[in-house]
Amino acid sequence: MLRIVVDLNRCESYAQCVFAAPTVFWMKDEESLEYDYAPDDSLRVQVERAAAACPVQAISICCLDEQLEQQGGNHSEQQ
Amino acid sequence: MSSNNAKKTASSVQKPVQRIVIVGASLAGLSAAESLRSEGFAGTITVIGDEPYAPYDRPPLSKTVLTGWLQAEHTTLPQSVDLQAEWLLGMPAIGLDLGNREVELADGRRVGFDRLLISTGTHARQWPDLAQAALDGVCLLHTRDDAVRLRARLAARPKRVLVIGGGFTGSEVASVCRELGLAVTVTERSATPLIGALGAAAGAFAGQLQRAHGVDLRCNVTVMSLEGDESGRLRCAYLSDGDILDIDVAVVALGAVRNVEWLRDSGLAFDSRGIACDAACRAFDINGMVTDDVFVAGDIVRWPHPLYEGELLAVEHWGNAVEQARTAAHNMVSVPADLQAYKSLPAFWSRQFGVNLKMIGLPSFADEVVLTQGSVSERRLVAAYGYKGRIVAALTVNMARWLPAYEAMIEARAPFPPVLHAPDSSAELRPVPAGFPPHGQITHSPNAIKTGPGPSIPSPEESPTSDKVKDPRVPPGFQPK
Repeated sequence: MLRIVVDLNRCESYAQCVFAAPTVFWMKDEESLEYDYAPDDSLRVQVERAAAACPVQAISICCLDEQLEQQGGNHSEQQ
Repeated sequence: MSSNNAKKTASSVQKPVQRIVIVGASLAGLSAAESLRSEGFAGTITVIGDEPYAPYDRPPLSKTVLTGWLQAEHTTLPQSVDLQAEWLLGMPAIGLDLGNREVELADGRRVGFDRLLISTGTHARQWPDLAQAALDGVCLLHTRDDAVRLRARLAARPKRVLVIGGGFTGSEVASVCRELGLAVTVTERSATPLIGALGAAAGAFAGQLQRAHGVDLRCNVTVMSLEGDESGRLRCAYLSDGDILDIDVAVVALGAVRNVEWLRDSGLAFDSRGIACDAACRAFDINGMVTDDVFVAGDIVRWPHPLYEGELLAVEHWGNAVEQARTAAHNMVSVPADLQAYKSLPAFWSRQFGVNLKMIGLPSFADEVVLTQGSVSERRLVAAYGYKGRIVAALTVNMARWLPAYEAMIEARAPFPPVLHAPDSSAELRPVPAGFPPHGQITHSPNAIKTGPGPSIPSPEESPTSDKVKDPRVPPGFQPK
């Protein structure tokens, strides 16, 4: 499962990510970036392009620990 | 040395670290766990959290989750490395035994550690009258569950929403209400919204924004009581200005309370301001000694920052949780010679009423503020904050790209008013008083504050008079007899 997080302290609103992945990132008002933390896996290439295009490299792409998400609890298995 | 302090012997310091326990499973706890693995720590990591969820991100809870753009369950934070951690979620820690190096859990289990990270953060301050707080329609906003509940309330199109407290959370909730076309009243006991975080001069601008967007903003006003109908549904609010508001939702946004209660009798130096630690994020004990095996990170911390005259800072920011956790994690698995000092500048952002507010440094340290670029009328501006002739913070409104330049000036202790060569800067800068409330006056938007010098012995009881001042129902200017 694809997961992203943007460091909005670092973000300077260049909106390159919005060009690259318009359904995942959007600009609110003039300067505020909003985004979906959990874009559909089919958008992975777009999201990777967005992260690469960010002039301040504020976008992190990772995977979600699905078991942890499902269980919300005791989880210490090898993966 | 008292019996509840960990014995510090040469052998215990040099023992290899095999078991790390993190209490607090939010942004700071997760960042620390990631850093420990990146640093090559191969021992066990146990993360203990009182909420039943994997670490999630809080900033969107008062923004995109409330507007309905983002599902609350989508706020789960990504994990950048395979943590191989044991997660004990939905399981509050209730005690800390430093002598035996054990954390006590609510179900009676005890979890032993070689190194402990405390990142238990804060919870939302409750409305002080518990019967009124329990009325159907009175909401808080701190957790994912709170956000889901409040989102449902707003989606049901209430006739009017009352927001109690004009700090960042309250202001952002009011902004969302207007975005959704809902009538909203904000009561703020101080002269302006955001006064604790930004001062009265910038707070006046924030107040203008609210009114321009149709918020019924009432400053210098408190809510005396909330009243329900016979079925326990919130019906109206009595204000200190004599008005009675007909409302069906009230959001209590009275700031955050540090989660330190579980540390009672632990022997650590904490009080309502947080846990005191040194620059390496090592907690102090009540004797003023730094502990070798207990570290702290995030909203719960008071630590000395070199730029701010040795005052211990308490910072409730996203970036602080991440950076401080990384430093703490590094230091947890380092030999003394490799310890790092934590000296990140406070930084935060907020989105409200059509603008992106960003800040760097510590505004509440300042005595003056000056508009350096842009203009109030355009709602694009930079303001610099100064203290005794040096720049200590900067605020941007829809001008975030300028922030790094000001960050460099703050780090360099550049003079105030700053000497700029910006194209949109006026020839003559006119500083005005920053307008922060006097020290000790409670506001609900401190966000980043100095909390006095050095670790102090926690006071077990607060005096009745200080409680009076803290009670959000007491109108401004009230003199306790």
